[in-house]
Amino acid sequence: MAYFILKRLVQSIFVMMAVAFLAFSLFRFVGDPITQMTGVETSVADQERLRQELGLNDPFVLQFARFTRDMLQGDFGYSYRTRQPVGEMIATRIPATLELGIVALLISLLVGIPTGVFTALRPQGFATQTILLTTLVGVSIPTFVIGILLIFLFGVQLGWLPTFGRGGTIHLGAWESSLFTINGLRALLLPAITLGVYQLTLTMRLVRAEMMEVLRSDYIRFGMARGVPMHRLYFKHALANTMVPVITIIGLQFGGVIAFSIVTESVFQWPGMGLLFLESIRFVDIPVMGVYLVVIAFFFVLVNLIVDLLYVAIDPRLRVNGTS
Amino acid sequence: MIAMIKRYEGLWLFVHSPAAIIAALFALLSVLGAVFAPLIASANPYDLASFSLMDGLLPPSWADGGTPRFILGTDDQGRDMVSSILYGARLSLIIGVSAMAIASILGVGLGLAAGYYGGRFDMIVMRIADIQLALPAILTALLIDGIARGLLPTDLQQDIRVVVLTLAIALSLWVNFARTARASTFVQMQKEYVQAAMIMGQRPSRVMFVHILPNILGPLLVIMTVDLASAILLEATLSFLGIGLPADSPSLGTLIRIGMQFMLSGEWWILWIPTVFLVVLVVSINILGDFLRDVFNPRLR
Repeated sequence: MAYFILKRLVQSIFVMMAVAFLAFSLFRFVGDPITQMTGVETSVADQERLRQELGLNDPFVLQFARFTRDMLQGDFGYSYRTRQPVGEMIATRIPATLELGIVALLISLLVGIPTGVFTALRPQGFATQTILLTTLVGVSIPTFVIGILLIFLFGVQLGWLPTFGRGGTIHLGAWESSLFTINGLRALLLPAITLGVYQLTLTMRLVRAEMMEVLRSDYIRFGMARGVPMHRLYFKHALANTMVPVITIIGLQFGGVIAFSIVTESVFQWPGMGLLFLESIRFVDIPVMGVYLVVIAFFFVLVNLIVDLLYVAIDPRLRVNGTS
Repeated sequence: MIAMIKRYEGLWLFVHSPAAIIAALFALLSVLGAVFAPLIASANPYDLASFSLMDGLLPPSWADGGTPRFILGTDDQGRDMVSSILYGARLSLIIGVSAMAIASILGVGLGLAAGYYGGRFDMIVMRIADIQLALPAILTALLIDGIARGLLPTDLQQDIRVVVLTLAIALSLWVNFARTARASTFVQMQKEYVQAAMIMGQRPSRVMFVHILPNILGPLLVIMTVDLASAILLEATLSFLGIGLPADSPSLGTLIRIGMQFMLSGEWWILWIPTVFLVVLVVSINILGDFLRDVFNPRLR
């Protein structure tokens, strides 16, 4: 058990190192930091002096080590575009993206798991066929079109919900939250649904497939033969066994949620990290791009670590032999 | 013989699946329209002389104020929507198909080799694939695009935008091909015909491409269809975000981005016609993909 966690921790550190290396290479090789920092009037000699002072002539490994040390100390450098510290720029935007992502994931699970179970229990029903067809269409509609549709329907035609920004936010320390005001929640609704729809179809299809697989297995048949009540079989025995792959998918979906939050944030002008990342790509703001990657990787690694721990909690087999 | 039965069985299934027929028809029409766009379209959206501001913001011909000259209406510049969509679909399909082709050549090549040689090479390829799989395609494409912006000189960028975009999409989609090709190759490696070919002393490249490849085409064909849909969506998304193609060479995504500006002002056709076209196109391709999956995987029927 402890060995298992330790192994995952070491793996996570390697992943973080790899991403940091990628971010550093971006910073070092895409564009020249000196030309970004100086104007046209700076002489070549001055540029060279600055290069020497900043240590850009040092060996690559040394530079990378320095870069990693600064990152660990919370110094993420400065943006080429706004000249502000990148760490601050990203930190102020993390709450917006995380709240959006978590609510979207919640929607996808709270709707996806029940419909998945339902469609697995009644595979031939009319409702099931309708739901399956809808999800096929849902997968084919790009995220941004779903956003446009929702804006058009609920924002423009019906005028019920706001279509851009975060609405009213309150400060909880450094965390700017829109979860605690009516305005904020209203503003959150459309973006979260937009982001959640695609994940929802994935969750539903996976739960359905797993559930159907489990329902075919011997122990369920045995349970039926023994006269265990069907609802007990379905919701206790079968559902519990479909949860392991579902949890895996949540870990993987998190990456998707973060990636598609770029699109959703752009459609709804949601002031999160994704919008910042898009701007930084447009202006080739390499430091922001690099740090965004590192931050995303950090959350990704964190979520997957938690998922691994959840496995152990859910699947007793893992507790017995500890490894795998 | 088995291949023949399979082919006829596929045909039989196709004739009996109305959804697949409609989807195939729509996809075929779109491709034909895109290929022959310069011949069919009444105006060329790239050519300023072929449209006039005087015709701006006309609704579709069936709505009030529409004229039969512009069946689907015009945008604010007076560009005919039919022509814009034909040319947009042309660009979207060119980028989608070439990205899919590049991704499949790269992915199938690597996957076949990984499955054939196994060992260290296999491990390296699959590790790279794992890392890339953790990064969603859209993030990869955005990153590659951002790096290209930083590396290439600005004046060159406009000219090779399409190439950069295609490569960015291709490099974010190859993993599916590599994994499928590798898994199928592993299965084929156990079969006697492969072992016979190896014992006869044929070159590895010949065993891989002449003997194994034809036998794993089925699942790859499914991936190709699904990935074509993904590539078109990815291009549309990037262009919609303003990272893809510039406004003067509009793909479907760019058209939708332009149309967004008219959402509030009542010119619904500028936004919704390209959007509906894009969605129907992608849905058709996905239905075809689902159909192919059923044909090649009888277990699911």
